[in-house]
Amino acid sequence: MEKTLTIRNLSVSFSTSNGTVRAVRNVDLDLYKGETLAIVGESGSGKSVTVKAVMGITSNNQTIESGSILYRYEQNENWTERELLKLTHNEMRQQINGTHIAMVFQDPMTSLDPTMTIGMQLMEGMMHHLHLSKQAARKRALELLELVGITDSEKRMRNYPHQLSGGMRQRVVIAIALSCNPDILICDEPTTALDVTIQAKILELIKEIQEKTGISVIYITHDLGVVAKVADYVAVMYAGRIVEKGTVDDIFYDPRHPYTWGLLSSMPDLSIDNSERLYTIPGSPPNMVNLPAGDPFAPRNQFALEADYKEESPTFKISDTHFAATWLLDERAPHVEMPVSLRRRIDAMKEGGVSHA
Amino acid sequence: MPEHLLVVDGLKQYFQVSKKFTVKAVDGVSFYIDDGETYGLVGESGSGKSTIGRSIIRLYTPTAGKVTFEGVEISGNMGANETRHLRTRMQMIFQDPMACLNPRKKVSDIIAQGLDVHHLCKSREERQEKVYRIMEKIGLDREQANRYPHQFSGGQRQRIGIARALVMEPKLVIADEPISALDVSIQAQVVNLMKDLQKELGAAYLFIAHDLSMVKYISDRIGVLHLGHLVETGTTKDIFEDPIHPYTKSLLSAIPIADPHVEKKRVAIAYDYATSGIDYTKGTYHEISGTHQVLCTDDELAYWQS
Ligand SMILES: Nc1ncnc2c1ncn2[C@@H]1O[C@H](COP(=O)(O)OP(=O)(O)OP(=O)(O)O)[C@@H](O)[C@H]1O
Ligand SMILES: Nc1ncnc2c1ncn2[C@@H]1O[C@H](COP(=O)(O)OP(=O)(O)OP(=O)(O)O)[C@@H](O)[C@H]1O
Ligand SMILES: [Mg+2]
Ligand SMILES: [Mg+2]
Repeated sequence: MEKTLTIRNLSVSFSTSNGTVRAVRNVDLDLYKGETLAIVGESGSGKSVTVKAVMGITSNNQTIESGSILYRYEQNENWTERELLKLTHNEMRQQINGTHIAMVFQDPMTSLDPTMTIGMQLMEGMMHHLHLSKQAARKRALELLELVGITDSEKRMRNYPHQLSGGMRQRVVIAIALSCNPDILICDEPTTALDVTIQAKILELIKEIQEKTGISVIYITHDLGVVAKVADYVAVMYAGRIVEKGTVDDIFYDPRHPYTWGLLSSMPDLSIDNSERLYTIPGSPPNMVNLPAGDPFAPRNQFALEADYKEESPTFKISDTHFAATWLLDERAPHVEMPVSLRRRIDAMKEGGVSHA
Repeated sequence: MPEHLLVVDGLKQYFQVSKKFTVKAVDGVSFYIDDGETYGLVGESGSGKSTIGRSIIRLYTPTAGKVTFEGVEISGNMGANETRHLRTRMQMIFQDPMACLNPRKKVSDIIAQGLDVHHLCKSREERQEKVYRIMEKIGLDREQANRYPHQFSGGQRQRIGIARALVMEPKLVIADEPISALDVSIQAQVVNLMKDLQKELGAAYLFIAHDLSMVKYISDRIGVLHLGHLVETGTTKDIFEDPIHPYTKSLLSAIPIADPHVEKKRVAIAYDYATSGIDYTKGTYHEISGTHQVLCTDDELAYWQS
């Protein structure tokens, strides 16, 4: 498979009045053509900052401390490479954003212009980037609306954003993101504000489009059910770092990092008995300004070793696809098993024995 | 039969948007809630969940229908006694904790707001004692009483919203999507907390949410709302194990399951009211069992059950 995005050693920080926030630390990630990569992790762990770096969206107090983001794409049957971090803001906007890499934000209202009809917002980008005539752009806008499952597209073209329901607005945003045929679609929690039926429709839609067009998708979410549905590959972030990454099967059936164990355990399972308590990861997220010495997860980690308080673990390779940053994988570490309740849940999943409502 | 804590009977809430156009946000909804139980209200965005909560607690004046709370009618014109009864015995928790916490007020004053408005404390000491006690229950330190809302994390702010409601020792709490804005691990903390406090204080909850796995976990009974109509209601078991209405079935089939092998193959059951041939206004409540009712016609029920 062809690799389309290679992120290496990416570190991003912000200066604030309280000190430096080290929001993203030494992130390595790969995205292959046609693949869906999911990024999960606690609020504030650096998911959005990572993908915003790919989009070249920066804030004034931000510094890229290190790293490279290599984007490869096929043009006229040749593969071309661009180093995204070396492009200027204008080059990103004119040559990459929208046309090659497009993004859908969590709240659809922030990316729609309330004073412009849906139709104009769809056509604008295509006329500007793809140099389509008004007629051609209009025709394609109608097709895109149909594609994202909006019926009555002629009528909807004339609507303003506030005249659509939340789910419809989000679909319009996806249609706009897809309008200039990007190679990579980045979705930052696109469905958290939506109810499950609309969410399911949108996820199925993105999958369908992916099958038709072969685009690659990066999906940020904190819903592990959504990850299970869409992802081929999963990266788990904690305190700015990727603590575990692997295929969706590696992460769900063979998780190795204690934070991943905690995350999987805190999912309410439909088969859970109402008298049981939901599992929660003890403690609270670290202060990103003053990260403690050692592993920032250590104070919340019931499996922490002495080494965790001294030094952050390097990333260990478990298989060609599976990596985790925990001292538990060091050959000197004692043998530690995941919590029994999680082990049982995974075993039941493997046997297909979990009862699903 | 003992009297229900809350009885909602034929509640309608219409909004006149323009001269010609009226939104029928809630269109004839009936259900009840018993002492100390949790009633979950689910349904798609715009189905009228928040509106029901807001009409019950009288942020709106109901268009029609009757709401009775602890035997007192609270849907019509209310006198001073009824108003006081409602405002002290029923409380609400909102989805966005930041939006309802006054940023310029200290946490202790936010929590004590209801106590102050209704003069429920005889002395400063009693007030402080109540505030400290509820703060301890929700897992905040006394030292944090003088802090301001922005100095807390999302999960902590939601706890403050819960404390503000529960310090009144209400009989009924309307919780409108109290966890939707939170991270998974914090959602679990808040839900555990709400359950613990319920056990301790005996309040009933009307729990509005769109995450069905959480609703299943917290609710004793569930109502499924669609387009302003309560299409099905029953115990959590009735709804999850024997759903009858096609909308309920579609809703359940859409819950993502954190098991890639299952989830990758599954496609949610589609439900489209416009093409379903169902007319909610023609249906009446049909009893499936003593606890389980479905809104439908005789023919629809026969067809769905065949
Ligand atoms: N402009 C900024 N100035 C200062 N700190 C920032 C800025 N933008 C982000 N941060 C900090 O960087 C960290 C990572 O933020 P990011 O938005 O990537 O989190 P996230 O993983 O996307 O979380 P969520 O799930 O809540 O969206 C956080 O601690 C955040 O407060
Ligand atoms: N004050 C109002 N004026 C006009 N229309 C309103 C008003 N409040 C609600 N509505 C409409 O009533 C319907 C029901 O809204 P409501 O907020 O109760 O839905 P909901 O089920 O809580 O949805 P969500 O899951 O998105 O919160 C919607 O069509 C909404 O647009
Ligand atoms: Mg984010
Ligand atoms: Mg609502």
